[in-house]
Amino acid sequence: MLNARALAATALLPLAANAQNQVNMSTGVSEAGAVITDLGVEIYDLHMLIFWICVVIGLGVFGVMLYSIYAHRKSKGVEPSQFHEHTGVEIAWTIVPFFILIGMAVPATSTLLEVYDNDDAEMSILVTGYQWKWKYEYLDADGENVAFFSNLATSQEQIYNTDTKGENYLLEVDEPLVIPVDTKVRFLITANDVIHSWWVPEIAVKRDAIPGFINEAWTRVLAEGVYRGQCTELCGAYHGFMPVEVHVVSRDEFDDWMAAKKGAAAADAALAATELSVDELMARGEDVYNASCLACHGANGEGGLGNAIAGSAIAMGGLDSHLNVIVNGVAGTAMQAFGAQLSDVDVAAVTTYQRNAFGNNTGDVVQASDVVSYKEG
Amino acid sequence: MGDHHHGPAKGLSRWLYTTNHKDIGTMYLWFSFAMFLLGGAFAMVIRAELFQPGMQLVEPGFFNQMTTLHGLVMVFGAIMPSFVGLANWLIPMMIGAPDMALPRMNNWSFWILPPAFLMLASTLLMEGGAPAFGWTFYAPLSTTYAPPSVTFFIFAIHILGVSSIMGSINIIATVMNMRAPGMTYMKMPLFVWTWLITAFLLVAVMPVLAGAVTMMLMDIHFGTSFFSAAGGGDPVLFQHIFWFFGHPEVYIIILPAFGVISQIIPAFSRKPLFGYASMVYATAAIAFLSFIVWAHHMYTVGMPVAGELFFMYATMLIAVPTGVKVFNWVTTMWRGAMTFETPMLFSIGFLVLFTIGGFTGLMLSIAPADFQYHDTYFVVAHFHYVMVAGAVFSMTAAIYFWLPKWTGRMYNETMGKVHFWVSFIGFNITFFPQHFVGLAGMPRRIPDYALQFADFNMMSSIGAFIYGASQLLFLYNVIAAIVAGEKVSDEKVWDGAEGLEWTLPSPPPYHTFETPPKIEEQPAH
Amino acid sequence: MSSAETSTEYEKYYVPESSSLAVRATIGLVLSVFGGGLVLNEMTFGGTHDTGGAAKWVLFAGLAMFIGTLTYWFRTTIKENKAGMNSSQLSNSYVLGMFWFIFSEVMFFAAFFGALLYVRWLAGPWLAGEGEAGRMNFLLWEGFEYTWPPVTTPQEVVGGALSQPIANNGAFVSQHTSMSFADAQAWYAWLPLWNTIILLTSSVTCEFAHRGLSQGNIKKFEAWLGVTVGLAIIFLFLQAAEYYEAYEMFGLTLNSGIYGSTFFMLTGFHGFHVAMGMTMLLIQLIRSVRNKHMTPTDHFGFSASSWYWHFVDVVWVFLFIFVYII
Ligand code: HEA
Ligand code: HEA
Ligand code: HEC
Ligand code: CUA
Ligand SMILES: [Cu+2]
Repeated sequence: MLNARALAATALLPLAANAQNQVNMSTGVSEAGAVITDLGVEIYDLHMLIFWICVVIGLGVFGVMLYSIYAHRKSKGVEPSQFHEHTGVEIAWTIVPFFILIGMAVPATSTLLEVYDNDDAEMSILVTGYQWKWKYEYLDADGENVAFFSNLATSQEQIYNTDTKGENYLLEVDEPLVIPVDTKVRFLITANDVIHSWWVPEIAVKRDAIPGFINEAWTRVLAEGVYRGQCTELCGAYHGFMPVEVHVVSRDEFDDWMAAKKGAAAADAALAATELSVDELMARGEDVYNASCLACHGANGEGGLGNAIAGSAIAMGGLDSHLNVIVNGVAGTAMQAFGAQLSDVDVAAVTTYQRNAFGNNTGDVVQASDVVSYKEG
Repeated sequence: MGDHHHGPAKGLSRWLYTTNHKDIGTMYLWFSFAMFLLGGAFAMVIRAELFQPGMQLVEPGFFNQMTTLHGLVMVFGAIMPSFVGLANWLIPMMIGAPDMALPRMNNWSFWILPPAFLMLASTLLMEGGAPAFGWTFYAPLSTTYAPPSVTFFIFAIHILGVSSIMGSINIIATVMNMRAPGMTYMKMPLFVWTWLITAFLLVAVMPVLAGAVTMMLMDIHFGTSFFSAAGGGDPVLFQHIFWFFGHPEVYIIILPAFGVISQIIPAFSRKPLFGYASMVYATAAIAFLSFIVWAHHMYTVGMPVAGELFFMYATMLIAVPTGVKVFNWVTTMWRGAMTFETPMLFSIGFLVLFTIGGFTGLMLSIAPADFQYHDTYFVVAHFHYVMVAGAVFSMTAAIYFWLPKWTGRMYNETMGKVHFWVSFIGFNITFFPQHFVGLAGMPRRIPDYALQFADFNMMSSIGAFIYGASQLLFLYNVIAAIVAGEKVSDEKVWDGAEGLEWTLPSPPPYHTFETPPKIEEQPAH
Repeated sequence: MSSAETSTEYEKYYVPESSSLAVRATIGLVLSVFGGGLVLNEMTFGGTHDTGGAAKWVLFAGLAMFIGTLTYWFRTTIKENKAGMNSSQLSNSYVLGMFWFIFSEVMFFAAFFGALLYVRWLAGPWLAGEGEAGRMNFLLWEGFEYTWPPVTTPQEVVGGALSQPIANNGAFVSQHTSMSFADAQAWYAWLPLWNTIILLTSSVTCEFAHRGLSQGNIKKFEAWLGVTVGLAIIFLFLQAAEYYEAYEMFGLTLNSGIYGSTFFMLTGFHGFHVAMGMTMLLIQLIRSVRNKHMTPTDHFGFSASSWYWHFVDVVWVFLFIFVYII
C-alpha cells in the first residue's frame, strides 16, 4: 500500500524543511529549542555551509548548461562555433574552486580539532561492542566499576510483523546508558569480536569499536533527554538490531541511579551465595534467554543462527558440557563465551531455563554455586 | 602470411577461441550486462525487503549476503568488465591498430571471468551461506567470523584481479605500441587517454587487493595474525590496504566514463571538445590524487588527527580537476548546435547527476561532518549517484552511441528516449530520498529500520522497481536493433561524430586497419 | 616516435587467428583454485566440506592442466617467433607486457611491506598504549610492551582465553628469538647475510651472461647463466635452512603472532618468486644448450627472465633491510 505521506513528501520536497528529523542531519538543538551539544551544532552548521556552497555552484553550472541546451539547439538553426580552448578561463576555473575549498577547510579543521579534544573529561565510560549488544562499564577511580549489557528491547513479534510496532521500534534497549547533564564524558570505545560503531546522531558521536584497540570520543550534553542511535558498522547478521539509547539526566538523578546500580550489583553477588527456587531460576532464566540468546537460538529454542536448544543433546546431556558451551563459548562460531558477560546467577538461571524449557524437561536445577565451582574447575 | 580470412569462424568455437578484439569486446559487454541483471536482481531483493519496516521476505543473514553480492557483482562483474569490453571494441579502432597488442592473452583475460563469478555466485548454495560481510569485507568479520565460503570468495577475487591486470597490461601495450603513424599521444581521443590512465591505476592497485585477500587467507587458514590485535596485528590494517585499492577503484570505474562522455558531448554539440589538453591533465591529476586519499573512508576508525587532516585536504583537492572536467563539458555544449538523441540525453543525465554525486562526495570528505554521514544511506546515495548515474548512465550512452557502428543497425530512437526518461526519473526516485534517510540517521546494511525512515524507503523501493524495469526496455531495444534494426547507411552515423572509428564501414569488417591509416591533420577529439 | 617510415612494420603485426590456449588455461586455473579452496576448507572448517579426499585431486588435476597449458603456450610463441612471424613491433608489445607485469608484482609486494611498516610503526606502539591513537590501550593489554622484534604477543601477556577481550582466537606461541641479527650468533653463521651476498652476486652473473649473449659469445652466456641458476639454488637451499631453524630452534612459526606473520609472508612470497625466476632462467639455459635458441639479437625469453631476476633481487634488498636489519 502506497503511503500517502510518501507521495506528499515527493511533491513537497523543498518545503519539507520543517520536518527536520526526517530529511536532514540532526541540528544539535532539541525540539524545545535547547542546544544539545555545542559540537553537534557546529557540525550541523558546517554541513549546511558546504551544502549551500554546493547548491550555489550547482545552480551556476546547471544554469549555464540549461541555458545552452535551450539556446544552442540545432533545431533553432544555430551554427556551431568552433572554439575549443581558452587558457584564461581554464586557469580561472582551476583557481577559484581551490580558494572555495580553502574556505571550507578552515572551519572544518577547527571543528575537527575540537572533536579530537578528549582531555579533561570528568568521567570515562568503556563502551564495548559485542555481537549484537553493547556493554557499558563506568570506570571508577576507586575501582568500583559498574558494568552492564544493553540489549535490543523490541520484541520479535514487532520485528516479524505479528504485533504493532512501537514508537521507538528498533531504537529501544533494556538498559540504557545513563550520563549526567553538562558533564564532559569520555567514551572509550572498543569491541570484543568484530568491528562495530557506536553512534548517537543527536549528540554527534560516532566512533568505530575496533577489537583490541580503544578509540576515544567525548560529549558534553547540555539538554536532558533520551537520545537514540544505532550500530553503524556491519557486524554480522543482527547488525541492524543493535541500538544505542542514552539517557541524559541531572547530576542528582545520575548519582541516585549509580548508587542503585552499585546496590543491585551487590545484591546479585549476594544472590549468588543463596539457593534460588526453581521458579525464581526459571523466571530469571527466561529474561536472560530473551535478552541474550533468543536472537540466535529462537523464541522457542528452535535455533536459527545458533543450534536448536529444544531437544539439544548438549542442553539435555551432561551439565559440564552444557556449562562449557555457555561459559566458554564455541571457538570459531558465533557462540560467545557468556561466562565473561553474564553474572554467575544469570548463567545458572539461563542454564536451568534451557534444561527445562522448550520441552527439555530434564528437571535439573542449576545454582550459581554450581557455576562458580564449574568455573573454578 | 597475409592469408587472413576476413570473417569469423563459425559456431561456439568462434567465441571460445577467438583472438579478435571485437569478438572479445562483445563477450565482455554481454557478460557484464548479464552481471548487471544479476546484481540488479540482488538489489531488487534488498529494496523489496526495505519496502516496509519489519522483516518481510528474507532473514537478516541472507540480506547481508544480498548486499555483499550486489556490491561485488556490480563493481567487479558489471561495471569494470563493461568498460573493458568498450575498450576492446574501441581502442584499436580509435588509434588505427589491427587488434589489441596481445590477442591470446586478451581472450584469456575474458574467459577467466565467467567461472570466477560462477564460483562467487555458487557460494550462495554453500553451507553457512555466501559472504555476508559487505563488498568491503572488513576483517575480522571476513576472517575469524566468516562462513566457510569465504575461501572461494578469496580465490574469486584473485582471479578477477588477474583478469583485470592482464586486461590492463594489454591496453597499455596497445596504446603505447600500436598507434597508427601520426597518432601522437596528444591526438588520441579522450576515451583512449582515460583508459590508458585507468589501466595504470588497475595495474597499480589490483595487486594490492590480491595482497589483502592473501593475508585474509593466511589469517583464516594458517594462523597468522595480520588482522588480529591479539597477535600484534590490527583489523584497521585491513582497511588501509583495502582502501588503498578501493579508492583508486572508484576512479577506475569513473575515468572511462569520463572518456565516453568526452566523446559523445562534442558529437552532439557539433563542436570540438573544449580544453582537450586540460582534460588530459585533469584525468592524470585525479589518478594521482586517488592514491593519497584512501583513508577518507576511515575517518571514524580513530586515526591520529594529523592523518585525518591530511586525508581530508587531499580528498577535497580532487574537486578541482573534476570541476575542470565538468566545466569543460558544459563549455563544449556552449554555443554548439545541439541535438538530443538518446546518447546525448544519457550524457546530459550523467553530467547533472554525477555532479550532484560529486558534491555529496565533497561533503563526505569533510571529516567532522563525515562523522555524521559515515555508514549511513547518505553514503549509499552518494555512491549510487556517481556509479549508477555516473558509470552506468555513461555506459548506456556508449552503447546507444556506438551500437549502430558495431552492428550496422539503428536502435529505436523513441524507445531509447523513453528508456532515458524512465531511467532518469526512476533513478532519482530511488536514490534522492536516500540522502534524506541517511542524514536523518538511517545506517546502511540493515535489513530493518526505525519507523521514521518508512516513507522515504518505500519511495526508494518503488523508484528502484521502475528503474530496474526500464533496464528490460534497454535490453529489448538492443536486441531488437541487432536482430531487426534499420540498416545504417552512413559511416558516420551521427553527423557530428569525429574520430577514426567513424571512417570505417558500419559494421566494421572483422579485421580493421590491417594497414594503418595515415593520420595527417589534427582529428577533432 | 611512431612515424611514417615504420609503417611497413605495422603491416606485419601478427594477430593469431584463434586459439584454444586461453580456454584450456582457464579450465586449469579454475580447477586449481576450486580444488585448493576445498582442500583448505577441509583443513580448517572441520567436516563441513568433507569431500572424502577428492579435493586434492581436483587441485592436482587443475595444476597439471594449468602448468601444462602455460608450457605449451610459451612453446607456441617461441615457435612463432622462430618462424619469423613476429615483427619488432610485436616484440615491443612483449617488452611492455613484461615490464608492466613486473610492476604489478612490485605492487603486490608493496602491500606486504606496507603491512610490515604499519604494524611496526603504528599498530605495535598503539597496542602497548603509546601514541595518540593508543593511549588508553593499556586497559586491554595491561603489561604489553612494544618492541620490534616483539618478544611476546598481546594475547600472551594478558593470558588465557577468558581474561582477554578478543573472543575466539587460538593461543599464539611467540618466538623468543628473532631472525634479525642477534648478538648471540656469529655474523658468519647468519644466513640472511649470505643470502644477500649470493643473490646480489647472481644479479651480476646474470648481467655477465647477458653481455656474453650480446657479444655473440654463447659459451660465455651459458656458463654465466649456469652460475646464476646455481646461485639461485643455493639461495633457496639456505632459505629452507633458515625456515628449518626458525621452526625448530626458535619456535618462530606462522602462528607466532605478527612477527611470524610478516616474516614468513614476506620471505615466503619472495622465496616463491625466486623459485619462479630460477625456473625461468633454467628454461632459458636449456633452450640455449639444447635448441640453440639464443642469438645476440633475438633472445626476449632470456631478457624477460633476467629482468624478473633483477626484480626479485631488488625485493630481497628491501627485505633484508626491513625484515632483518632495522
Ligand atoms: C564512481 C565512483 C565514485 C566517484 C567518482 C566518487 C567521487 C568522490 N567521492 Fe566517493 N565513494 C564511492 C564512489 C565514488 N566516489 C563509493 C563506492 C563509496 C562508498 C564505498 C563504501 O563504503 O562502500 C564512496 C564513499 C566516499 C567517501 C566515504 C564516505 C564514508 O563512508 O563515510 C568519501 C569521503 O570523503 C567520498 C568522497 C568522494 C569525493 C570527494 C569524490 C570526488 O571525486 C567528487 C568530485 C566532484 C565534484 C566535487 C563535482 C564537480 C566539481 C565542480 C562542479 C567543481 C566545483 C566544486 C567545488 C569547489 C565544490 N566518497
Ligand atoms: C556500479 C555499481 C552499482 C550499481 C549499478 C548499483 C545499482 C543499484 N543499487 Fe547498489 N550498491 C553498490 C553498487 C551498485 N549498485 C555497492 C558497491 C553497494 C554497497 C554494498 C555494501 O554495502 O557492501 C551498494 C548498495 C546498495 C544498497 C544498500 C544496501 C545496504 O546498505 O544494505 C541499495 C539499497 O537500496 C542499493 C540499491 C541499488 C539499486 C536499486 C540499483 C539499481 O540501479 C539496479 C537496477 C538494475 C536492475 C534492477 C537489473 C535489471 C532488471 C532486472 C534484473 C529485471 C527485474 C526487475 C524488476 C522485476 C523490477 N545498492
Ligand atoms: C550470536 C549468536 C548466539 C547467541 C547470542 C547465543 N548463542 Fe548459543 N550458540 C550459537 C551458535 C552458532 C551455536 C552452535 C555452536 C557450534 O557450532 O557448536 C550455539 C550453541 C549453543 C549451545 C549448544 C547447543 C547444541 O546442541 O549444540 C548452547 C547450550 C547454547 N548455545 C546456549 C546459549 C545461551 C545460554 C545463550 C545466551 C546466554 C546463547 N547460546 C546465545 C550462537 C549464539
Ligand atoms: Cu554492531 Cu553493527
Ligand atoms: Cu574514496
